[in-house]
Amino acid sequence: MGLLSKKDVKLITDPLADNNPITIQVLGICSALAITAELKASLVMGIAVLFVLGIGNVVISLMRNIIPSKIRIIVQLIVVAALVIIVDQVLKAFQYELSKTLSVFVGLIITNCIIMGRFEAFALGNGPWRSFLDGIGNAVGYAVILLIVGFFRELLGSGTLFGIPVLGDPIEKTGLYAIGYENNGFMLMPPMALIVVGLIIWVQRSRNKALIED
Amino acid sequence: MGLKEKLHDIKKKYEGKKMAPAFNALHTFLYLPNETTHGGTHIKAADDLKRTMNTVIMALVPCLIFGMFNAGYQHYLALGEIASANGFLGASFWTLDNFIVGLGQVLPLVIVSYGVGLAVEFLFAVIKGHEVEEGYLVTGMLVPLIVPVDIPLWMLSVAVIFGVVIGKEVFGGTGMNILNPALTIRAFLFFAYPTWMSGDKVWVHGAVARDKAIAAGQNLDAISGETILGSYAQNNTVAYDYWDMFWGLIPGSVGETSKFLIIIGALFLIFTKVGSWRIILSTLLGALVMGLIFNGVVDAGWIGSSSKFYGLMSVPFWQHLIIGSILFGAVYMATDPVTASQTNKGKWIYGFLIGFISIMIRVFNPAYPEGVFLAILLMNVFAPTIDHYVVQGNVKKRMKRLKVKTA
Repeated sequence: MGLLSKKDVKLITDPLADNNPITIQVLGICSALAITAELKASLVMGIAVLFVLGIGNVVISLMRNIIPSKIRIIVQLIVVAALVIIVDQVLKAFQYELSKTLSVFVGLIITNCIIMGRFEAFALGNGPWRSFLDGIGNAVGYAVILLIVGFFRELLGSGTLFGIPVLGDPIEKTGLYAIGYENNGFMLMPPMALIVVGLIIWVQRSRNKALIED
Repeated sequence: MGLKEKLHDIKKKYEGKKMAPAFNALHTFLYLPNETTHGGTHIKAADDLKRTMNTVIMALVPCLIFGMFNAGYQHYLALGEIASANGFLGASFWTLDNFIVGLGQVLPLVIVSYGVGLAVEFLFAVIKGHEVEEGYLVTGMLVPLIVPVDIPLWMLSVAVIFGVVIGKEVFGGTGMNILNPALTIRAFLFFAYPTWMSGDKVWVHGAVARDKAIAAGQNLDAISGETILGSYAQNNTVAYDYWDMFWGLIPGSVGETSKFLIIIGALFLIFTKVGSWRIILSTLLGALVMGLIFNGVVDAGWIGSSSKFYGLMSVPFWQHLIIGSILFGAVYMATDPVTASQTNKGKWIYGFLIGFISIMIRVFNPAYPEGVFLAILLMNVFAPTIDHYVVQGNVKKRMKRLKVKTA
């Protein structure tokens, strides 16, 4: 047996598609709507959740036998809060502009349903290695959707990707703008993020018949 | 062999195939199908969905034709080439020149609206294997009437695709939609491309192009086509008198300026029992009540002339009905039978709140000088809730009566 058994691989690949935290479980929607207007913010948010969920799952899993079940939510909150504060401070130190863009949403990772959900559903009942894989899988699943949404919103809303103009210059009227194209301001508003997420869910469910509910 | 037989043959040929719905739709659009239902009970009625929709379209045609004349009239008036028309039958209004300019601008809007919208409908019908639904017939006519005359056609296409898919098809097509598709299309345009949907340039054909020419260094006078709401919102004086507003000789979206023709359309809809008079009347009532409240606030001196709301708040309450598109919204948008309330009591509440909220948005949010479409979309969402409570209230009342009787 190698490093990853078949079951372990499934822990990572499942949340990427058929059990995606955003599109299938519909968790963590608030942050997905709020910060995906830019691809860069989406990426950083994805990495932040990856860090918090990966480590948090391991910590909770290690402590799972000594946490009294009556106060387990509080213990989980403390673990998440500690990790989120680390992320927040690192961002403030090295990426101040970006941390202002993300504003409260880094802090709100604490209340992100995906994290509490994985702690409750997985880390409390599984060993540290499997919990780590599960955390990584779910966080990557979350990040992938964030990046897809961020890609379309930034491309259609601002005409840029990672802040680099790809469709030409809207003021100088070069590239696509020369023939009358204009940026879609609606894409920068949160309602459009909800619609984009909805379209992703639509495509995913119509491709995979197993996901269709009656 | 006539067209009818040919269509019938094509229909038979494709029966059971993937493209069948598309050919069926062509056939039933032009001719009444001669299939009869067998067995069971059936309701016999002359007015099917298609007939209802055609009635609405008939009511809209005068607005469309007026809109074409008006587009040309506003264009030439702004250029200073013709004199003001002074009344509905003014000599400088109903001219061929005006009509040609208007036709050149408005007809493409109609063609794009119908072309793109029906393409989406056909596509979804083929994918779903359903029959093509008639739902887009009215929407396709409404859309060109509620956009500025100079809107780029590609923007309109994008908005139509969005509106039909997100506003209607995702909910299951005609009859299942929560939001009015035409207003969804307008809302999309409004939020996506605000520079093309508001301001004082877009309402007169040629004003934007003229601005670009000036920016490029040509020595020309800028055209300004500020709408009445725009002037009021900035506490400016309004250059139009009430009769201009009533007849519709003012800049605005293509088909919503002539209150006179909208009232005729409304009477036609009410007479044919296609539009609900309850909704139309209660919407206007709601608008009047909100206008009266604002007038009261101004009269009581709670708000000074320096306030940014003063301009719109001090508009005499009845004038709110002839400026902006409240009348058009009340007659053609709010009455959409799918998205409105179904119960009679519900219709009163639904309409009243539309009027009330429209004027509230109009006055309080200068960024959205026209709040009618937002108010209608909002109440579309609440319509089922209103119906639910009306029905529940009725059930409760009857239960009580039953108890009194049996006790």
